[in-house]
Order: sequence, then structure tokens, then C-alpha cells
Amino acid sequence: MVESKFLPLDGATSVSQAMRQINPDVVAAYPITPQTAVVQNFSQYVADGIVNTEFIPVESEHAAMSACVGASAAGGRVMTATAANGLALMWEMLYIAAGMRLPIVLTVVNRALSSPLNIHCDHSDAMGARDSGWIQIYAETGQEAYDNTIQAIRIAEHPDLLLPVMSCQDGFITGHGVERVGILPDSDIKDFVGEYKPRYALLNIDEPVTFGAWDFTDYYFEHKRQQSEVINNSLPIIESVFKEYEKLSGRPQPVLDMWGMDDAEYAIIVLSSTAGTSRAVARRWREKGVKVGVVKPRLYRPFPEQYLLEAIKNCKAVAVLDRAISFGAPLSQGPLFTDTTAALYNAGISGLPVVNYIFGLGGRDILPDHIGSVFSDLQKIASDGQRGTMVRYLGLRE
Amino acid sequence: MKEYKAPRLDRPWTEVNPGGIVLEPGVSVTYVTGTWRTMQPVRDHAQCTQCLICWIMCPDGAIPIVDGKVSGFDLVHCKGCGICAAECPVNIKKPHSETGEMGKAIQMVPEPAESDA
Repeated sequence: MVESKFLPLDGATSVSQAMRQINPDVVAAYPITPQTAVVQNFSQYVADGIVNTEFIPVESEHAAMSACVGASAAGGRVMTATAANGLALMWEMLYIAAGMRLPIVLTVVNRALSSPLNIHCDHSDAMGARDSGWIQIYAETGQEAYDNTIQAIRIAEHPDLLLPVMSCQDGFITGHGVERVGILPDSDIKDFVGEYKPRYALLNIDEPVTFGAWDFTDYYFEHKRQQSEVINNSLPIIESVFKEYEKLSGRPQPVLDMWGMDDAEYAIIVLSSTAGTSRAVARRWREKGVKVGVVKPRLYRPFPEQYLLEAIKNCKAVAVLDRAISFGAPLSQGPLFTDTTAALYNAGISGLPVVNYIFGLGGRDILPDHIGSVFSDLQKIASDGQRGTMVRYLGLRE
Repeated sequence: MKEYKAPRLDRPWTEVNPGGIVLEPGVSVTYVTGTWRTMQPVRDHAQCTQCLICWIMCPDGAIPIVDGKVSGFDLVHCKGCGICAAECPVNIKKPHSETGEMGKAIQMVPEPAESDA
């Protein structure tokens, strides 16, 4: 284990510190709104000659991801950053990056999608990209955002994966919130990420290859099936990177961050920063003698189905908190709930009542009392033996 | 016309290259696109000035050059887009050898029912 140096950093700056240490070959990014301080800081490192990166300030996020696709196919280690509508504008190219199996790392500061116009935290942006073929990691804190960004490089570039990775954190809450962040020494990060040796590269003129070729009715289906197999089987590889980084940093890197789940009767499943609020409330409830627990999946894609089932199967009632709506899904539930309930059904578990809470859209505060009300609801559901309303709302004026 | 070996169409998904990458250079010649044609270009050889503009403009490299001269059309790959006929700058003085019409040295005619491609 290597000692970290602790600095007061906001989540965005933590990520730019990680990018400085990774020193990628190419960063292509759109430099203004909805961009965050991630790219602002990083462009300063480029201007100051602290990194060797070729920085391409493009005219849109669509162009940013297009340039990343080109640079990655050329054989470079490539990163970019975006948020909110910027991610939405990348949509077409996200699928192309994943379909071409290009190990691009994209750091996302999760923010609401317009309309109505809003720039604050929710997960609508990244959740919309959940089927794009990217691995998705969600960070609770600026520290995790830093750690995840570094690990994302190793995951993406693993020769058995070659998949792009989206490393997400909560807009403003951690993106702009200053906290104590441990930064590992530059040399250790340099060694950890190592040199990128692409399996195929357009600039390798000794072995000429074609990327992004025409793939008609005769082979497209086979390529997509292969892509699904790779992400389906990516979890053990991702875990091996997590373990290696855990050893280096001394900070635990689980697939599911769990609190009180050994004997929890009532559990909350939630991504990112709200896990911290939930844990704080759960501690108070434990002091009152109620067996509550919190599960925070760090990985959302691939969906850690088996781990999640194992974690919640002995609970009496479970709440899934979603910071996004899947419009038009049954009762317009959230995506995390959809995946969790699908996993339960597929495992033949039908007796466990699970409810969905939509919260925090457009940066609406999620307060300890809201989390407390969820635990109260779960107790009531378990004692009544009736699930009641499937999709509920926290912090909404009703 | 040169014989091209068509790509294998029997590989299962476990054996395809990751991301649809193509490992051998120049394999697009094995992809037969001549069957897409509904119109076919025809050239009046005698009235052609060999300016090579059709060769420059052809988006599919389907106008082979032999000894610096246009020799005909690669109908295995020509999609019949008609760019060569549109771009041909030669206003012929006599009726076209293939169509009997006045106009350009390259003209488009409907694809014959039984195509060579």
C-alpha cells in the first residue's frame, strides 16, 4: 500500500488530477457549457506543459466523441469529459465507440437533461446511455471519482475487454463539493496504468487494419452478439482491477458497497452520493434497534445481478432509489428499479416486496428525513404484508 | 474481369473479429456491389478524349485505368450512380456508339435484365 497525499479538492478537480497522472495521449472535449471544471483544469495542465496530451477543443460533444473514436482507433490512450446535454449530444458516437471496441474513458458529472432547462444533479444523462455498450461506474464521493477514473483506464484497456468506460459522479454535490481527497503519488499511478499497447491501431503501418467498415446483414448480428458476450463476462476482469487498486491505495473497492447488509431486514439500494446520506440515516436507525442496511452498486453496467441478489435476498422489504425516470416504463419507474426487479424475477424470487422511489431530479435536495421515511415505509410494507404503491416520490410537492 | 473471392459468410459470432475490425487490407474488392445497379454507364470509346475526369470522380474506383487510359467499367463494383455520366465533359459530335443519342461520351442506360455482374 502506498500513502496518499490528502488535499482539499472538489470532485471535478479530483478527476482532473487523475487525468493529469494518467497523462493520456489525446483528450478531445467541448470547452464550454455544459462542460465542468474537469476539462477546465485539464486544459490548464496542457497549457502549462504538465502533461504531454494532445488537447482538441472541438465544436460540440458529438465532435468530441468523434475525435476520441478516431484517436483511439489510431492507437492512442484517449479520455474526455462531459455532463448532461453534452452527453446526450454524444449519443450516436457512444454506440460507435462501444461497437468498435475502443477503450475510451469518459468522465461524466451527472446532471439533468433539459427540458425544462436545469443544470443540477440527476442521473438522466448517464441512465439514457445505459444501453450504449459502455461500462458505467458511479462514484459516491470525490475520492471515489478520482479512484474510479484511474481504474477505468485499466478496465477499458484490458485486452479481453476493449470496452469504453463511463466514470460518473454527482453534479454539484460531489462535482463542485470540496472534500478531503487522497491523491496517490504520480509515479505509482504511472506504473498502475502502465503503457497502453493497443491490440490494433490505424497508425501501426506494419499491420494495416480497417476500423468501422461496412457490416451488412451478413455479419452485424454476430458482431453485436460478441459485444454482448464481452460485457456480460466483464465483471471478473473489472473486479481484478478493483482488487489491484485496493491493494495499491488501501481503499476498499467493492462491486457493491454495503453497510449493515449482513443481517439487514430493510434495505435501500442507491447509486452515488445519496448512499452517504442513506448510510448516515441508517446508523441512527440501527441505534434505535432497527435492522436497516444500504447497498451502493459502484457498477451499474455490467449490472452486478448476482451480488445484488445475494445482498438483498434475506431482506423483508427493499427500496430502490432512482435519480432518473424511465418515461413510459411501467408507472414510469426508474432504471435501477427495473433492473433490480428483473434480476429478482429471473432468479425466481417473487416474495420480496421491492418499491421504487424517484428522487432528486434536477438537483432537488434529498434530506435525511426523506431517507427516514423510506425506512418507515419499508417497515410498514413488511408488517402489512402489502407492497402498496410501486413507484413513489421523495421530496416532491404532492 | 478479375475473379474475386467472396467473403466467408459462415463464421459464427465466436469467431468474428472484435468490433468488426478488418485485418486484411484491400478486401473491399471481395464485396460485390454491382448487383445494386439499376442503371449502367456506357461509353463511346472512339469519341472519349481520355480526360480521366470519370476516373477521378467515380466514388467506388470502378473505372479501371490500363496504360493511362480508361478501358471500361468494373461492373462487379459499379453501383450505377451515374456520376461518371454527369461529370463527363465531352459533348459528342456524332450519335453515341451504344445509345445512338447525342450528349455525353458516357451515358446511362437501364441495367439489362441478365447482368454480367
